[in-house]
Amino acid sequence: MIIRTIALAASFALLSVLGAAPAASAQDKVFRLVPASDLKYLDPLFTTNYVTRNFAHMVYETLFAPDSQGVPQPQMVDSYSVSDDRLQWTFTLRTGLKFHDGSDVTAADAVASLKRWTAMDSYGRAMTAAGAQWMALDATRFSLTLEKPFGLVLEALAKYSSLPPVIMPERLIKAAGTGVVDDVVGSGPYMFKRDEWVPGNKVVFVRNPHYVGRKEAPSFLAGNRGGLLDRVEWIILPDSNSAAAALINGEVDMIEQVPPDYIETLRKSPDVKILPAGAYQGALVVNQLHPPFDKPLARRALLHAIEQKKFLTAMGYPRDLRMDHCATFFICGGDDSTAGAEPFMKPDLAKAKQLLTASGYKGEKVVVLIPTDFQSLQGAGLVAVQTMKDIGMNVETQSMDWPSLVSRRVKKDRPDAGGWSAYATHGVAASIDSPLNNFMLGAACGNSMPGWPCDKGLDELRSQWMQETDPGKRRDVRDAFQRRAYEVAPYMPLGQFYGATAVRKNIKHLELQTGDVPMAWTFDK
Amino acid sequence: MNYVLRRLVATLPVMGVVAVIVFFLIHLSPGDPAALIAGDTASEGDVARLRASLGLDQPLWTQFSLWIGSLARGDLGTSIFTRVPVTELLAQRLEPTLSIAVITTVLSLVVSIPLGVLAAHRVGTWIDRLVMLFAVLAFSIPGFLVGYLLIYGFAIEAQWLPVQGFVGLSEGVWPWLRSLILPCVNLALVYIALLTRMTRATLLEVLHEDYIRTARAKGLGVLPVLLHALRNAAVPIATTVGTGIALLIGGVVVTETVFAIPGIGRLVVDAVQRHDYPVIQSVLLLSAAAYVLINLMVDLSYRLFDPRIRY
Repeated sequence: MIIRTIALAASFALLSVLGAAPAASAQDKVFRLVPASDLKYLDPLFTTNYVTRNFAHMVYETLFAPDSQGVPQPQMVDSYSVSDDRLQWTFTLRTGLKFHDGSDVTAADAVASLKRWTAMDSYGRAMTAAGAQWMALDATRFSLTLEKPFGLVLEALAKYSSLPPVIMPERLIKAAGTGVVDDVVGSGPYMFKRDEWVPGNKVVFVRNPHYVGRKEAPSFLAGNRGGLLDRVEWIILPDSNSAAAALINGEVDMIEQVPPDYIETLRKSPDVKILPAGAYQGALVVNQLHPPFDKPLARRALLHAIEQKKFLTAMGYPRDLRMDHCATFFICGGDDSTAGAEPFMKPDLAKAKQLLTASGYKGEKVVVLIPTDFQSLQGAGLVAVQTMKDIGMNVETQSMDWPSLVSRRVKKDRPDAGGWSAYATHGVAASIDSPLNNFMLGAACGNSMPGWPCDKGLDELRSQWMQETDPGKRRDVRDAFQRRAYEVAPYMPLGQFYGATAVRKNIKHLELQTGDVPMAWTFDK
Repeated sequence: MNYVLRRLVATLPVMGVVAVIVFFLIHLSPGDPAALIAGDTASEGDVARLRASLGLDQPLWTQFSLWIGSLARGDLGTSIFTRVPVTELLAQRLEPTLSIAVITTVLSLVVSIPLGVLAAHRVGTWIDRLVMLFAVLAFSIPGFLVGYLLIYGFAIEAQWLPVQGFVGLSEGVWPWLRSLILPCVNLALVYIALLTRMTRATLLEVLHEDYIRTARAKGLGVLPVLLHALRNAAVPIATTVGTGIALLIGGVVVTETVFAIPGIGRLVVDAVQRHDYPVIQSVLLLSAAAYVLINLMVDLSYRLFDPRIRY
């Protein structure tokens, strides 16, 4: 059996050696990107990993898409109408849209994709809770009928970060049932070359000849996304030193996420440019099932002790890529608000100690998980340990690799019985910036993230925020939500920083790159 | 022939034990692939849904019997993460791994045996000390550091060779060889050091035997004497070479990582980090089979060097 398997593998290898043609011709314009991590999973609705999301935006499209200002713009949709009570929506697809296999994109494909998405995504589930019904009217038109007001229809359909509502062929969705869609057939600017995919090494895309672009200029994920490059290769380089050397040497064109300690080195290279790669926020997640962080007072105590500048310095980001303090649970620099943040602008250790005592803390062990293979989060975790000790907590540090931490954090056991108390993480703007998108604040009681936050007040305000259709009133509700968040502190924001992308200066249209998704379709060589 | 058959049959229980140990060690170690697939912002419910869809909520014995059943049909399974058949993943990694193994072994033999013979012939002189100094340094300096120095010197400064990546033989012999020079030199240094020391030590032992003294007394020249001695010293050297090839086929993670070579070493490390059970189980099982087969070949090769050996 083993010999048979070896023989099979060897014959595969031999065939690949003898039969494979050169992957790209010399005149092809090839763009090589080092993604932040390896592409492990192809179905964007079965993982929240950003690399799969970025993959999805190469091969799929969404009905609406955010522009560089974050405003939802029609993408696959040509036009839409909405009733006065905002409960009845009708959408018309652009004519001529085709999937990679040459078949037409129809309203039935859109409806099947949206029904699948609503079962998986937080926005989708919220729409279902508002009584959303999707129906294909003809080949290009479909409708959405709501039972209750839902103020975020366009924002939801333009959701670009984890679990985006991408449009797939109805036949593939039906074939997959409730499982994973294995075939990658989208209508996006590039086609996935499965035959050239070497997991852990290379992901290859070629330009989609069927792509029908919009008339508008590209703007983040909106506008004409017709690719200018013949071929895009994602090269997986797990060693940062080799990745930096390959970029300097011109073997790759872009590193999606440069580790903080390589930013200055790459800045010195005359051929390389550093670009901001989206806003991120650090977060200290605490376990709210067990003492001491089951008490809001203890969580607020820790929030009073946090000095964001210390955390971001330890995470290693240079001064121009970090903020000294960001006074919001959402993202600073946009439509942000400091509602409720005033008492936490500066660290107050005396207040923190006083609140910790008032919370009834009796010296219970606090177990902090430190990921040793994730440099920035290791730094943040160690500062968290020191901060907790400063206010008198009995802290135990447990070091492990990130995959072990991810496995450990789902355990609900007591911290001294194999569970945990806290760990540091970070989220990109799109996973932070609203009461629903925010990975911790968006989790309603009962279906929660590791840390298991639960506050009925936040749940109520989140529902109000989603239902509110007036933008001004929705902003007021969001501020009330944030004030409540500062009262109950479901997690501790550790400050805002910007990821860094490194790119060769000979790449054209770099000025169009915004946000945290590498926009390979806008680049040229 | 009977000996070979007996050895091959004896591998079956070994592989069975390896299969059981590998399966249970991997599954009992802490870690949850569903949590890793679901991602950092997934909820507990999302993770549970995914775990069920992957069959990871089944009892361990059920999962084990399903795996053994598939193995018996020659099916190594499918990666939990990429959903690519393990056979295909292995096939993709076989060419880089075999290329590295062959070139590194040839390079090591071509350099180390003459060096070891020279050191033994000139034992105690500055030549011997120089060779031994090289061997100690090559053995002691960490492989990744040598890798970075090679990249800096030959890729970034001189720009003669690429920093990273593997080019298949189908794209030409020179591009293929060019992509392998730095990683193979990096890897070969350790093997050269090991084989040089082994050759020197075993040759020194043989050179003091009576029959060598007799050969010299009969007026045989230096080269024929050394060649004669080398054949008699070949058995331990062949054993070391065989172990080295088995290690190279099993994967050389650091070199593969530094030079971004998609070999079996990186495949298995990536799989371990993700808890991609089917990939880990299959690669470890096949690595164990490769070890057994290479050891058998090494044992059979002894007769080439010493006709007195009988099985």
